[in-house]
Amino acid sequence: MNNEWPLWEIFIRGQHGMSHRHVGSLHAPDAKMAIKNARDVYTRRNEGVSIWVVEANNISASSPSDKGPLYEPSESKVYRHPTFFDIPEEVGAM
Amino acid sequence: MYAQMVKSEASNEDPEKLAEFQARIDADIKIEPKDWMPQAYRKTLIRQIGQHAHSEIVGQLPEGNWITRAPTLERKAILLAKVQDEAGHGLYLYCAAETLGVSRDELTEMLLDGRMKYSSIFNYPTLNWADIGAVGWLVDGAAIMNQVPLQRTSFGPYSRAMIRICKEESFHQRQGYDAIRKMAEGTPEQRKMAQDAMNRFWYPSLMMFGPSDKDSVHSAQSMAWKIKINTNDELRQKFVDQTVPQAEYLGLTIPDPDLKWNEERGHYDFSEPDWSEFFDVIKGNGPCNVDRLAARNKAWDDGKWVRDGLLAHARKKQSGNLAAE
Repeated sequence: MNNEWPLWEIFIRGQHGMSHRHVGSLHAPDAKMAIKNARDVYTRRNEGVSIWVVEANNISASSPSDKGPLYEPSESKVYRHPTFFDIPEEVGAM
Repeated sequence: MYAQMVKSEASNEDPEKLAEFQARIDADIKIEPKDWMPQAYRKTLIRQIGQHAHSEIVGQLPEGNWITRAPTLERKAILLAKVQDEAGHGLYLYCAAETLGVSRDELTEMLLDGRMKYSSIFNYPTLNWADIGAVGWLVDGAAIMNQVPLQRTSFGPYSRAMIRICKEESFHQRQGYDAIRKMAEGTPEQRKMAQDAMNRFWYPSLMMFGPSDKDSVHSAQSMAWKIKINTNDELRQKFVDQTVPQAEYLGLTIPDPDLKWNEERGHYDFSEPDWSEFFDVIKGNGPCNVDRLAARNKAWDDGKWVRDGLLAHARKKQSGNLAAE
């Protein structure tokens, strides 16, 4: 049996009001130890106020080859951006 | 450097894919783990990042040697924090290497049985407290020279690890300079110790950059891939130029009678280290090679029951959870 500790992906909330961000990964036997280890590995200089850990094999990811079908449709919809529309100057800020 | 003399592999893959890959690198688009990459790029990077990670881990040993004997409680706390950082740096790098498809245990085993190397510098002993100052100032100073440009390396996870590391590394060099400055400005005896440490660490620090690689095919390939940014000679020159005024400030003499400012080049001329010593250390014959590997092997073997026990506990708890559902 493979006796390597599983890999965990670590997400840290850098400061109050921010979302958690992926900072890296580490090995740990379970979630509790992953949080303890993440504290030592990724927050030695006040980098965080909250830690999430997710076992790496529970993460599903899009594949680089899907890039076209996934993101091209949004490229043609320029009207989704406010700058697409000209608003007359007289109307003022909108 | 922390990764010395990394051999690159030859590529024999679809030329079209290779060209596309090179174009991405030339356009400074990062390569991520799931992207296609040449086998040779992958293998070379595993070797390079692995060697870099091993250096961080083994690098804890010469400094750890002085934690219990630091001259003050404050110096002890600082050294502890520094050595802990090195462990962290090793972990960031191991994780970056693992994204290329090698497991942590494989990397560890290759270090322990000598198939993978770590930097030659950590095979030198730290004989007294002045050496701890010299290591932080000179060894970490040399490491920073190499690591700063590597933040721009083409492989995403490696680049991100280097960015984290560089943020922390400057503390390492400054605490070293601060420690050796205390001694250089101290009693005549302390001053002598500082000079002696400088004498012993100067050439091994220059060796960290590796022998000249301006004609090396491995270097040319690695530079095309942007996993090496500068030649060894460029970095060594930069290190010398930066360090000489720092030594002058301390009133310490660089142990090189031929060291002098070259007005024309705008750089210091200096003597090459003894490269036969370097190759000897790399081969395993440095003063501490045997001790370093023995210490790592002992730590791995002695820690086995902890690793296994915690894993068994986690598995048992997990199966308990399943049964209760």
